[in-house]
Amino acid sequence: MRHTISLLVENKFGVLSRIAGLFSGRGYNIESLSVGETIDPQISTMTIVTSGDDQIIEQITKQLNKLIDVIKVIDMTEFDHVEREMVLIKVAPKQEDKAEVLRLTEIFRGRVVDSSKTTYTVEVTGDEKKIQAFIELLKPAGIKEFVRTGKIAIVREGIKKS
Amino acid sequence: MKITGAEILIESLKREGVKHIFGYPGGVVLNIFDLLYDNKDIQLILTRHEQGAVHAADGYARSTGKPGVVLVTSGPGATNTITGIATASMDSIPLIVFSGQVPTMLIGNDAFQEADIVGISRPCTKYNFLVKDIKDLSNIVREAFYIATSGRPGPVLIDLPKDVTASKAEFIWQETVKIRSYNPTYEGNKWMIIQAAHLIAKSKRAVIIAGGGVIISGGYRELRELAEFIDIPVTMTLMGLGSLPGTHELSLGMPGMHGTYYANKAIQEADLLIAIGMRFDDRVTGKLDAFAPHAKIIHIDIDPTSIRKNVRVDIPIVGDVKRVLTALNKVLKEDIKEQWDEVRKAWLRQIDTWKKERPMTYTYSDEVIKPQFVVEKIYDLTKGNAIITTEVGQNQMWAAQFYKFDRPRTLLTSGGLGTMGYGFPAAIGAQIAHPDKLVIDIAGDGSIQMNIQELATAVINKLPVKVAILNNHYLGMVRQWQELFFHERYSYSHLEVVPDFVKVAEAYGAAGLKATRPSEVEPVLKEGFKIKKTVFMDFIVDWKEKVYPMVPANAPIDHMLFEEQKEKSEKKLKALK
Repeated sequence: MRHTISLLVENKFGVLSRIAGLFSGRGYNIESLSVGETIDPQISTMTIVTSGDDQIIEQITKQLNKLIDVIKVIDMTEFDHVEREMVLIKVAPKQEDKAEVLRLTEIFRGRVVDSSKTTYTVEVTGDEKKIQAFIELLKPAGIKEFVRTGKIAIVREGIKKS
Repeated sequence: MKITGAEILIESLKREGVKHIFGYPGGVVLNIFDLLYDNKDIQLILTRHEQGAVHAADGYARSTGKPGVVLVTSGPGATNTITGIATASMDSIPLIVFSGQVPTMLIGNDAFQEADIVGISRPCTKYNFLVKDIKDLSNIVREAFYIATSGRPGPVLIDLPKDVTASKAEFIWQETVKIRSYNPTYEGNKWMIIQAAHLIAKSKRAVIIAGGGVIISGGYRELRELAEFIDIPVTMTLMGLGSLPGTHELSLGMPGMHGTYYANKAIQEADLLIAIGMRFDDRVTGKLDAFAPHAKIIHIDIDPTSIRKNVRVDIPIVGDVKRVLTALNKVLKEDIKEQWDEVRKAWLRQIDTWKKERPMTYTYSDEVIKPQFVVEKIYDLTKGNAIITTEVGQNQMWAAQFYKFDRPRTLLTSGGLGTMGYGFPAAIGAQIAHPDKLVIDIAGDGSIQMNIQELATAVINKLPVKVAILNNHYLGMVRQWQELFFHERYSYSHLEVVPDFVKVAEAYGAAGLKATRPSEVEPVLKEGFKIKKTVFMDFIVDWKEKVYPMVPANAPIDHMLFEEQKEKSEKKLKALK
């Protein structure tokens, strides 16, 4: 099963490689990873999407906790949480598909952030399903490339899943 | 007053109570070595290879419980420490390794003798540091000692760029260390401890498996109290040997691949396993699905990742073994009812039957020296009052099987990583820490050649380390596997040319003795122990001898092969394949 794990880590050099090294060294899988500073510049937050059975996920969270630079590990999957990802998609639609691309962008509450004679670059934010659906719908119009940020997540205030 | 980084380092080490450093000089650490030249408080022991330095520091640490300290230069000096660091890491041994580094401004430029040792050592250290600013130096040393020795101990590396040790700063010393992201759990959860006591009280066939954590935490008295109070038999992993005296009537010896029949039987028939400071290594469990099928498992360990890593656990208790056992014993004493005594006796009688059925034994010969006989004689002559180090392979297993370790910290062996070449330098480190003790490396002719250069270190420091070489001209354990599992195709396990160890020892200024017949074993050992010098004792042993009993890899641990039924075992092996 897929899990979204959120980490608070010391904002020191080498921390990312400690975490990446833990995953590769023990054969765990990283599906996406995003890193950013928190309100305290000495602390960074990392959101890692990984997968495995319960025993593997338990080991992953324990192993992460064991790293000296990790302050806190939260398995978001245990909590009610909000998650978002952003994607930038460059499409090169035929003349007759252009209107459809713009219409889809509107439906998905995206924005066109760049355009050229032959392409649009569209920005969409949402949870994974929405991003996936948008990509699927745009495919027939001709996607040149896309870039995803990886997931970020935050716990909803005051609610714990039973 | 401002002092140099090198001076800050030495002052910090002094304040950490360091008396001995094992090391090897080189270009970028000359500032530090210069200060050690006439230092009265700290002695540097110059080894002949950086790997030897790390193993020596490791032997020092294992035999004393204090952290071992290493100082080497950059590049190859640093990379040579890796095997030693990984050895210590697998066995939770506290080490502080200082490596020189090229000046900060050259890092990343592929400078002469530059290696990214922080990157290279990351997966095999508990933590590592690159000191970028001299102002951080004393604090980093303090944190390194704290991290290495607290929680589940382990090696910590500090990389010291040359300019950091050469520049100057004020010396600052913080009395306490606090790392917000590092808070090991020492006290076990009270509720879990009560649950554990209930399970123990209800059990009919309980077995304790004691590991290295019992020794590290100093919880062996508490272990003994627990075992004796309610007569629970104790099996000890390789790292746990000595936590309960090997001569104790409740001792079952070692479990697992080359463990005793009765330890493995007891585990497989048990209704409760109390695993203390051990991590269910594959050499202990054999086939996981078939391990201890009837047992509930209580697992006490300071490292939460050890729990439920390999086996299912019913009662996990994260904490320091000594403290958890103290609390557990207290609860038990208030809880235990008497009628339960009878049930326990039946279990002990059953174990006794297994002990009689298949004791740990071998076939003596008066024609050719059996390696087990040498180990037995060493035990008889020392009465267990020695520090034993081993190399890795058959020598290690025979030492574990036939030497009865009666005290903790008397067996120093590379359990997790299985490092050949560990024993001799480790013996040197142990002898530095215990100048008056008898320190013996039980070696093989293959392993001893992996760090034989340390003869110079032993001789120059006048260390009376004894090395008993069980010489069979083979990489014996490899040969054994090839005989049993590879149709006797001895691919590259025959060493063919083995040096004359007596001459090698003498060439270095040590003493060399040799025994080729069983009758010579005792006289050679006696003489070797008497000589107040480094001694190599070369025992030409039966090359065909194998380590038995043996559980083939990934078989259930009660599917054991025994010496006397070789044919039968081979059939069994074929059936298992």
